[in-house]
Amino acid sequence: MHIAVCIKYIPDPEAAFSMFSIDEQAKKVIPASGLKHVVSPFDEQAIEAALRVREQHAGTRITVITLGNELSRNALKHGLAMGADDGVLLADAAFEDGDAYTTAITLAAALKKLGAIDLVLTGRQAADGDTGVVGAGIGELLNLPVLTFAKSIAVDGKAVRVERVLDDGGEIVEADLPAVVTVSNEIGAPRAASLRETMRAARKPVVVWNASDLGLEANAVGAAGSRAVRECVFAPSKSVQCEIIEASSPEAQGAQLAQRLREARVL
Amino acid sequence: MNTILVVAELANEKLAMAGLEQLALARRLAPTGTVIALLLGADKAMAEALIARGADQVVLGTRKAFDGYNSDGWTACAAAIAREHAVTLVLAAHTPRGADLAPRLAFRLNAGCATGCVGVEQKDGTLHFTRASHGGNVRETLRFETECVVATVRAGVYDALPADTTRTGEIVALDTAPASRIRIIERQREDSGAQRLEDARVIVAGGRGLNGPEGFKVLEPLAEALGGAVGASRVPCDLGWCSHAMQIGLTGKTVTPELYIAVGISGASHHLAGCGNAKTIVAINTDADAAIFREAKFGVVGDYAKVVPALTVAIKALPSL
Ligand SMILES: Cc1cc2nc3c(=O)[nH]c(=O)nc-3n(C[C@H](O)[C@H](O)[C@H](O)COP(=O)(O)OP(=O)(O)OC[C@H]3O[C@@H](n4cnc5c(N)ncnc54)[C@H](O)[C@@H]3O)c2cc1C
Ligand SMILES: Nc1ncnc2c1ncn2[C@@H]1O[C@H](COP(=O)(O)O)[C@@H](O)[C@H]1O
Repeated sequence: MHIAVCIKYIPDPEAAFSMFSIDEQAKKVIPASGLKHVVSPFDEQAIEAALRVREQHAGTRITVITLGNELSRNALKHGLAMGADDGVLLADAAFEDGDAYTTAITLAAALKKLGAIDLVLTGRQAADGDTGVVGAGIGELLNLPVLTFAKSIAVDGKAVRVERVLDDGGEIVEADLPAVVTVSNEIGAPRAASLRETMRAARKPVVVWNASDLGLEANAVGAAGSRAVRECVFAPSKSVQCEIIEASSPEAQGAQLAQRLREARVL
Repeated sequence: MNTILVVAELANEKLAMAGLEQLALARRLAPTGTVIALLLGADKAMAEALIARGADQVVLGTRKAFDGYNSDGWTACAAAIAREHAVTLVLAAHTPRGADLAPRLAFRLNAGCATGCVGVEQKDGTLHFTRASHGGNVRETLRFETECVVATVRAGVYDALPADTTRTGEIVALDTAPASRIRIIERQREDSGAQRLEDARVIVAGGRGLNGPEGFKVLEPLAEALGGAVGASRVPCDLGWCSHAMQIGLTGKTVTPELYIAVGISGASHHLAGCGNAKTIVAINTDADAAIFREAKFGVVGDYAKVVPALTVAIKALPSL
């Protein structure tokens, strides 16, 4: 079996937002220069999910794919150190400033070039844009069934079975392979890179493909191919003043809070 | 003339509020255009309710043919309607079902896709979609160079229209579901019985600061005294202290209660993305510097294990209004 995991390299999404600035002119969010980058958390969990499938199916090959600049090679390194077998870096000046649509087109083209993939894993959403579009887009472009928000993934013969997270419980769904599955945090914590895999990672193959390697016209990808036009980027305004309830003991604080909520007609 | 398609969802066998909010938005964007609602796995009374809330036409998939959500089947139905009526905008709620449906429908229709919107406006004939990104810290406004856009909208952004039973509309029955590549093996319902967080007027939510599953036992009596529901930040859900269905936030539920009491929750933007629109936020936290105090109207710096029971007693003792 061959599993491809799409991973995005992003500024640490759990860093305090004071580590970012908004450039209204360029319509971009700029991370502070020292801010560490990570594999987007749900994507790291998608790698974990792939490794768990491989534990059940010996001989499975796991390819990690990222679309980004040369820096994104670190995402592949991390995936390889977790245990993936090989990596693909999609890098080309023409890819820059794309949207979910061009990202899906580019990744789908790379998946096609890789050949017979049985299972494509993505995160439920990238933790910078919080969009959640690319996984489904890849599925539609490659005409594959898409199972979203996976909490667990089991491959059985020719089918993949996924436990999905819903807002009123969950469901177990199944589709024939090949299929796309998007992974949610409920799948559990990703493993740390092992020393053994980290040592081996340096020798694992990584290929770099550009637009022409993928047979894509430069104007079909990146900013040129995008359908979304960003008109402005701004920080949401906040204007709440907090009234701190001061009292001599926690018990008195509780009582005082109830009183204030009544006076403010909240209760 | 604009034609807008609204994908309505059911929750607990009833019309979900979010669908009614999307209808109100659709009416606002197309006051004289046509608003079509897609309602699958429901009955005629619900279709009529959608007409009363602003739909001109309801495509109603019968319960027999549509037994709950199936992304392949729903996408095919929505795509067929969108093509037939040259729909320019498809609206769905930003729920697990809406967020599952929207992107694949967008690609199928060669449309733009805007997920998690907190505003949709029309200016000079162009639709502008404002959505949250970067864990709720940033807003971006997008437009699309496509004939059609599929958008999901967060709950509580728009108010549903009051039901107007004099409105008339057409109901088109759909009694066969399209073929699906996805097989539903089992459905698990979690919070049946309990009050839905999405509908609750009061929510008491617990975070890592509860220090364990027993903490929720302290919150329950408070929620009960307030006639509210208990929710959580992601951490206790991930740690197995409570059900995943209780998660509020960017990747959990979006809630808009009158009163939101955040207990032992630090106030990460990812959490606030799901509760920031609550009318009044109250924070109980041992750390006076916690970010949640920047969002709350009332705050108590203290140990929840002592403050919450005292608050519960005091609320019970309040004279009734
Ligand atoms: C892409 C992404 C998506 C995410 N989606 C979500 C989401 O949907 N929902 C969500 O909630 N989070 C989400 N998160 C996680 C989020 O960033 C925070 O990590 C999380 O919300 C923190 O939860 P918490 O406030 O319960 O825990 P903490 O941040 O650890 O805060 C615990 C708080 O409890 C206080 N405390 C400790 N003891 C006590 C006591 N005895 N009494 C009172 N207070 C006490 C502490 O002072 C602290 O402020 C997401 C993260 C990412 C990266
Ligand atoms: N630049 C990228 N490189 C590789 N995978 C990506 C990239 N962007 C998005 N993805 C994948 O698509 C998922 C959804 O992304 P998005 O639609 O941008 O939220 C992510 O969790 C990744 O798995």
